[in-house]
Amino acid sequence: MNQFFTVDVLTTTIASGIALATPFLLAALGETIGQRSGVINLGVDGIMLLGAFSTYYVELQTGNLLLAILAGTATGTLMGVITAFVSVTLKAEQGISGIGVYLFGLGFSSLLFQKLVGTPLPISTLPPVGIPGLDSIPLIGGMFFNQSLLVYLAFLLVPVATFVLNRTTYGLKIKAVGENPAAADSLGVSVALIRWSTVLIGCTFAGLAGAALLMYGGIFQINLTQSEGFIAVALVYFGAWRPVGVMFGSLLYGLVGVVILTWKSLGIIPLSASDLAATAPAVITVLALLFLARRFRQPAVLGRPYEREG
Amino acid sequence: MRERVSDGPTEAMVASGRGRWGRFLLTWFALPSALLVALLFGAVMMLALGADPIAGYRALLEGAFGGSYALSSTAIQAVPLLLVGVGICIAFRANVFNIGGEGQIAMGGLLSAATALVFPDLPGFILMPLVLLAGALGGAIWGAIPGFFKANYNVNEILSTIMLNLVAVQVMNYLLAGPMVDQSPSSVGGLIPETKVLPASAQLPILISGTQLHLGVPIAVLVAIGVYILLWRTSFGFQIRSVGLSRSASAYAGMPVKRTITLAMTLSGAMCGLAGAILVFGSISHRMVSDGSLTGFTGSAGFNGIVVALFGGLNPLWTIVSAYLFGGMIVGGSALQVATGVPSDLVTALSGTIVVLVVSLEYLRRRARAQSLAVAGPRAAAPPPLPRNAPPLAAGGGGDQ
Amino acid sequence: MQRNRDRKLSLGLAAVVVALVAGACSGSSTPAPTVAPSPSPAAAASVAPSPSPAAPASVAPSPSPAPATLKVALVAPSAVNDLAFTQSMVEALNSLKTKYNLDIAISDNQFVVATAANVIQNYASQGYNLVIAHGSQYGSILQQLAPKFPNVSFAWGTAGSTYNLPNVFAYQVNSNEGGFVQGAMAALLSTSKVLGVIGPIAVGDAKLYVDGFCAGAKSIVASITCNPVYTGSFSDVSLMSAAATTFVANKADVLTGTAQAVVGAIGVAKTKNLPWFGTQWTQASLAPSQVVSSQVYNWAPILEQIFATIQAGKLGGATFTATLGNGGEQIQFNPGFNLPANVKAKADELIKGITEGTINVPQ
Repeated sequence: MNQFFTVDVLTTTIASGIALATPFLLAALGETIGQRSGVINLGVDGIMLLGAFSTYYVELQTGNLLLAILAGTATGTLMGVITAFVSVTLKAEQGISGIGVYLFGLGFSSLLFQKLVGTPLPISTLPPVGIPGLDSIPLIGGMFFNQSLLVYLAFLLVPVATFVLNRTTYGLKIKAVGENPAAADSLGVSVALIRWSTVLIGCTFAGLAGAALLMYGGIFQINLTQSEGFIAVALVYFGAWRPVGVMFGSLLYGLVGVVILTWKSLGIIPLSASDLAATAPAVITVLALLFLARRFRQPAVLGRPYEREG
Repeated sequence: MRERVSDGPTEAMVASGRGRWGRFLLTWFALPSALLVALLFGAVMMLALGADPIAGYRALLEGAFGGSYALSSTAIQAVPLLLVGVGICIAFRANVFNIGGEGQIAMGGLLSAATALVFPDLPGFILMPLVLLAGALGGAIWGAIPGFFKANYNVNEILSTIMLNLVAVQVMNYLLAGPMVDQSPSSVGGLIPETKVLPASAQLPILISGTQLHLGVPIAVLVAIGVYILLWRTSFGFQIRSVGLSRSASAYAGMPVKRTITLAMTLSGAMCGLAGAILVFGSISHRMVSDGSLTGFTGSAGFNGIVVALFGGLNPLWTIVSAYLFGGMIVGGSALQVATGVPSDLVTALSGTIVVLVVSLEYLRRRARAQSLAVAGPRAAAPPPLPRNAPPLAAGGGGDQ
Repeated sequence: MQRNRDRKLSLGLAAVVVALVAGACSGSSTPAPTVAPSPSPAAAASVAPSPSPAAPASVAPSPSPAPATLKVALVAPSAVNDLAFTQSMVEALNSLKTKYNLDIAISDNQFVVATAANVIQNYASQGYNLVIAHGSQYGSILQQLAPKFPNVSFAWGTAGSTYNLPNVFAYQVNSNEGGFVQGAMAALLSTSKVLGVIGPIAVGDAKLYVDGFCAGAKSIVASITCNPVYTGSFSDVSLMSAAATTFVANKADVLTGTAQAVVGAIGVAKTKNLPWFGTQWTQASLAPSQVVSSQVYNWAPILEQIFATIQAGKLGGATFTATLGNGGEQIQFNPGFNLPANVKAKADELIKGITEGTINVPQ
């Protein structure tokens, strides 16, 4: 156990835990914004897969990282148009339509990967960028300030999302629509418009999360996400619909995963317990929620389409 | 292409506001037209991928429904879909969102296989029901946990069922490579993660020789009918549906809301667990085998069952039909891949498209009915293939507690 | 009003979908064939010159009149171009295609065991002479199916049991041998004397390779740190990457791994510029200047023996083992990696010793 508490090991464990948490964080932040306005999107995983594939394909074709990430993000937006149309305009059952979007993304991304790419080829990924001044702080610098730009972006989006939700008119409208759409409607807020916008933002984030996931591994394969999108949705509940809570949930999940791997590599966890140790992130997240999030209430009309009376 | 076809329902919707015909069309043709649009979409994709869609669909249909062997393969494939779908019906009717089917199937398979390993010498007429019950029990436990947490601690079931799927896969890998492994080494690499051949007396017998049709098929159908009766002909079923529609109203009426939610999830898990047991004891290999993933065992039935239940309008009887159709799509998907080189993932993408279309049409249908009720009065209710009172699937943690 | 807007939106949606499909598929005007028709030069070069007396014309009569064409079906768990287990078999089959006049059918990505059972049964009933079930999870299927198709020959691996069935072949690979050689090289290349070894779950040939690797490393430096990490998944790329990163943090300076998802870990080796040892198929294309060598499975010699046995009228009952000695398993050095001469010499010495049987690799 002593080997674990060395500067190098701790630094890298936390740094890679943060990197591992980034796709979860991006996807979960987007989902948070959507859910605050009352819309559940269970299709996140499928959208992440499509976003990751677009990023991968564009990078393979052009070699341009920025273009690739933009393509992944734009794919998310595109899927957002479909999701919003179905969930908001057609007022479909959101839980079910999300499963549909998920299956579509899973099948379509696998299909395209096999027909358009086939052999897994690695792509270049975003290099870590040290933040001048901060990255040389002992311990902290290596943990937090030597990451790729997408990681900084994801964590910057946490205060931004908090600010938007709590301090702007738009944020107030989002929450009003999620808590009492009829009242918001009577005050002249367009419920459909607000929800369209939050769903678009959420799906765009999901596309970006797919790009971030791809940047983490540097390669695409069938079902790359391994249900990470569903875990991201779960983390929204964990974070009690608050961006900061969601951030802590993502970090907890990512860090526990990396700590387990580190302990295995140090021989702290014996091989015989390898499989069972791999359940730790899931078990700890559920147990943590059992103790933490019971006090918080979800948006009042979560998952319910709004129908104007009369 | 898509545009032209999706105009159909829209036309129907427009008409439905005025008369019975439109509503009729929308009611009875909503699902087929969703299927049609999805298939057209698939044809476009096949064309784009350089395959002949007509040959592709012919291969799919022949692979799924051409001849008694194909028909029986489809029936076998439909069994886990049907059982999971029926389980989903129960959970969704109680307004609980069970996406833990994958893990529940695995736990059911494990417990049933373990039972057969512990009691290999029991006679078949005892062992076979016993392993099926053990499977149901395994799934029930894995469903009861999120149900109990949801009912008593308001832990969101989406979170807990997903996490329990992740736990289940590791438990499965641990058990199949460890305590339950076949000890006879058949490889230089040591042991293969599988149980030894399970007692023949517990195998589900083949009903028609020359096909794969085994006893699991009639069992699944009977279970589906049983669940229909449970949901619509018993007071417990009424409780489930009532809690699903409004928790607060049910509590006000004196119903045990928490217990109902826990039981609904438990039953839902039991159905998935039974599917796991049938997957093990109806398998060609006569063992439980793992490739290290849940999908390798379940074939994604835990997710596809949701699609099947929805396509069956959350009604167990219609779910029988829908499971058979989707089973055929999966079986035919392999044939499609062999015939045209288009990966069978196309079928997954099509399933997703169908789900999205069906839920979209459901709204139009609902609105058409509301309008025509306003015109024609309350007596004009046609038999709906979709649920009349599908609960609003607020996947959330019960805002009205 | 509302209705009109819905209509407009649905038209818009349709346009979007059409654009999506068109955009996504624009690169696909030349459909990629599922099976790469040309054997890769590596595979062709590495076929051991094993004597195969039976030319297709002189086929001995088998229970069903043996056709001039040998119809072979392959059922495999991952993609034909996975740069690993499945690809090794596909390339071997393709390399023998003309010599044996093979008619090859492939169903790849059959990771659902129950579905694979159907596919195997379909091939068996469609008149294929040989059905290869390429995955140890398929063995129990053959155990039940083979007796029902006595005129069809089956082969499965990696495993060592034919279940005493007359129409089942089994093939296995001593991947611990190559693992041993590569582990020894790793120990010599490592300065920190910490090795990073990543596997999926601790079973089958993944475990065999990993154990061989650590044994080889310890034969050079007894005190070397070799703690394998099994991530618990064959396909989780992120976890594999994270495991590799973790190893690097723990001072590991040479990496290896096995599973489909290992491509994620190779990415880490590439970024950190650390030596990587591959297994199952050549992984040099994934990190051209970091891959030291790959243990390559060459199934061609074993397939030739299976074909010859079938053509001699026997449909199974034999087990074949690919070893460094019989060319079924080869260490392919990557010319892009600048391997020190002493390490190469040690590797050659070990390969020679294992081949001649003077070095015994523990299992």
